[in-house]
Amino acid sequence: MRTQQQTIDEILELAAAQFKVPRESLSPDDDFFKKLGIDSLQALSLLTRLEQHFSVELPDYELQGVSDFRTLAERIQSRL
Amino acid sequence: MNKVSGNAISWEVKDGVIELALHREPCNELGTQSLGEFEKFIAALPELEEHSHALIIYSQVNSGFSAGADLRETYRRTQDMEKDAAAASIRESLERTHHVMNTIDASPLTTLAAVHGVTFGGGLELALTCDLIIADKTARFCFPELRLGLIPGFGGIPRLKRDLGNSVVRDLLLTGRSFNSAKAQQIGLVSQVVAEGQALRVARATAAQLAKFDQHTAVAAKKFIKPIPYDELRREIDIFCALMTQPAVQAGLKKFVESTDALPYLP
Repeated sequence: MRTQQQTIDEILELAAAQFKVPRESLSPDDDFFKKLGIDSLQALSLLTRLEQHFSVELPDYELQGVSDFRTLAERIQSRL
Repeated sequence: MNKVSGNAISWEVKDGVIELALHREPCNELGTQSLGEFEKFIAALPELEEHSHALIIYSQVNSGFSAGADLRETYRRTQDMEKDAAAASIRESLERTHHVMNTIDASPLTTLAAVHGVTFGGGLELALTCDLIIADKTARFCFPELRLGLIPGFGGIPRLKRDLGNSVVRDLLLTGRSFNSAKAQQIGLVSQVVAEGQALRVARATAAQLAKFDQHTAVAAKKFIKPIPYDELRREIDIFCALMTQPAVQAGLKKFVESTDALPYLP
């Protein structure tokens, strides 16, 4: 079972790789829309990648209002 | 004519396979221009069918197969009309779209949708007209219409009911949640899940295999196993039109059209 910190770290790694930004530039409390400069379609592609990586289903309404990596990790962690 | 290029869609015939490409940025929104070009395609289809055994529909746009109906265009087109005129305009557009979808659904060709990325609303409804859906791992499916106070209007519900169990249909429709290609395969919507960027290649390989079969048998088999739910499709148009003119729906559409939120389809 992953710890919450491991989940956060893996999310940051995935986001950095997918949107080609340095991993070191991302922090758990960053607003990922602003930090990554992504729109709704790109957010959906990140969601798909996270579901595949963690082997979970994340209904997008559970992510309503979620814009930082830490809260995103909490939502994922609750389904692991 | 082996190749026809439009602004929203293009098609060509290669080795007995019609390849219909969607290429309207940002994500193949289905609006007036797309509809006109689809009507040209189905007008050409009977002649194309004489020299073909399969049809592949795919997207050349990176973001996905299609984000569905161009609701912004629909809203802007009808907001200044009187209520009756707006309702008539929407019904006419739906009737034309259904004619396109039903024609593809009923084609004697074996039809394949090769999808990736966003496959939402009307985009999913277009894919559902096909016999097989081949999805890459980036594909994401959704019927978000209820979030705007609507139901899918391009034949989505009757075709989902035809292809999937009713409880699955209720889940997808009533929650409006999006789901990935693995889930889509698990529920029986998608026949093959392939690596990113490989859906068209696999669709072509599948179409090449189909060429080895007797075409008369393939046509008879398809006719037997894929009935078209015309009565329910008619009812869907009536329900959609009745909902579309409701003040709450107009308010929801206005909010959607004017929204600059990152996830505008989430109410």
